Amino acid sequence: MSSQFAARAPSSAPLDAPSVADAAELAHAASVAGAKAASAARDAAGRARAAAPARLRRILLALLLPVTALLAIELAVRTGLIPANLLPAPTQIIDTMRDLGAQGLLSHITASTLRVAAGFASGAALAVLLGATVGLSRHAEAMLDPTFQALRAIPSLAWVPLLLLWLGIDEAPKIVLIAIGAFFPIYMGVASGIRGVDRKLIEVARLYRLSNVALTKRVLLPAALPAILTGLRNGLSLAWMFMVAAELIAASKGLGYLLSDGRETSRADIVLAAIALLAILGKISDTLMAIIERRSLAWRDSYA
Amino acid sequence: MSIALDIHVKEKRYGTRTVLRDVSLQLQEAEVVSLIGASGCGKSSLLSIASGLDRDFSGEIRLKGTPLNGASSDIGFIFQEPRLFPWLTVAENVAFSGDNPQLVTRLLAEVGLQGHAGALPKQLSGGQAQRAAIARGLFTQPRVLLLDEPFSAVDAFTRMKLQDLLLKVALEHRLTVLLVTHDIDEALYLSDRIVLLDGGLTEFHPGPAPRKRGDVDAVRLKAAILDSLQV
Repeated sequence: MSSQFAARAPSSAPLDAPSVADAAELAHAASVAGAKAASAARDAAGRARAAAPARLRRILLALLLPVTALLAIELAVRTGLIPANLLPAPTQIIDTMRDLGAQGLLSHITASTLRVAAGFASGAALAVLLGATVGLSRHAEAMLDPTFQALRAIPSLAWVPLLLLWLGIDEAPKIVLIAIGAFFPIYMGVASGIRGVDRKLIEVARLYRLSNVALTKRVLLPAALPAILTGLRNGLSLAWMFMVAAELIAASKGLGYLLSDGRETSRADIVLAAIALLAILGKISDTLMAIIERRSLAWRDSYA
Repeated sequence: MSIALDIHVKEKRYGTRTVLRDVSLQLQEAEVVSLIGASGCGKSSLLSIASGLDRDFSGEIRLKGTPLNGASSDIGFIFQEPRLFPWLTVAENVAFSGDNPQLVTRLLAEVGLQGHAGALPKQLSGGQAQRAAIARGLFTQPRVLLLDEPFSAVDAFTRMKLQDLLLKVALEHRLTVLLVTHDIDEALYLSDRIVLLDGGLTEFHPGPAPRKRGDVDAVRLKAAILDSLQV
């Protein structure tokens, strides 16, 4: 009887909605203020503790497949299951790299990297400029975009004979080919990024009577940054691909040259050493881009 | 009392569809008016026209007697969503239209966001983000504040807190407020005058402030409004 009464008592109290809301928010504020400092410290320490093993685990998981594959190949080659002249053992490839290192491997790597850098930089500069123009202006889009889409459909290697005819076999055709490769993903990223900016944010800018220049600088470009950075990242990986295409055709230096040299001298170990180096360099440059992406998009409220 | 905002819309069309015809609404200085109506009745269009954002209509808007040509710093606008720029901090969002650190600090304190100046929008709750949006709306020190269903996306308790915040800032800044809402209780609690848009305009007067939520008179008036809406 009495317990029933006690259970009912609270509900018979007059319910004043604002004061309940007040109390809820006050209580929340107080608990937040009290717990904030302590929990911040706890969180930081906890994250640091939890992050180390988690990261280690991820690295180990990522290494599992390549290490197993390399061990299997090594075993297969040493037992004679696979002929060593077609697929050299990983240890032999490392030896080859060491030998190449003594014979100027670094200059091949430098030559390729510089070509990628020059081609990517010029392609990216042009792509950002034209992508922004097309993204910002309906007229420019109507005039330029159909042509660019047609040019985009041309396979990269189709450009090679023309570039050789026009620019000879020196550095110029290689850098132009790399620039062409990097151009399209960046152009697409910038143009579609600007086009895709939330109309609602633009309305806010119009409320504050921003000029077109200010609108571009303060709203459109920051809002399009995720798409622009994705374009740059894709453009960079294409730049590496186009660099190989360019060097396979005519070069006396570079990783692409090593590839064709290895084929001509039937040295599968050299070919594989060059491929491994391409993988490493590509991964390094992509990781750098990913770091830039993560740092400049820290404001994003997204899954990853 | 003088007229702060004089809205006269002869016609507003989207293509061949007319959404507003011969709508006139005068807002007295420091008056809080709610605009209600069924969805699609044109209340958001009317608000957008009143803000100067939408100029594709026939008619005229006068702000303190002067014709309005486009958006004005004298008119603040709060959207249904906070619409904060996600790459800017709360303080940078509030000061989007200028540079006045003292005012930012004061406004953040006023809306209860002191200590959140450096936070990014993603770190705010829905209610906090809308508070930041209100601070941004007040940054230009407007005389008129227009709000388009500003509290419809937050939970009930937060909504009540935000309604009380709106009443507080309206009083402190002597703002003329035009609030579009679909929440009749909100309109009854906040407004000096409720305007029902349904082809023409019908007015209701909830009585003098301060009003109490769930007041007997308010319940009676709510029934009358629902009747007019044929709900």
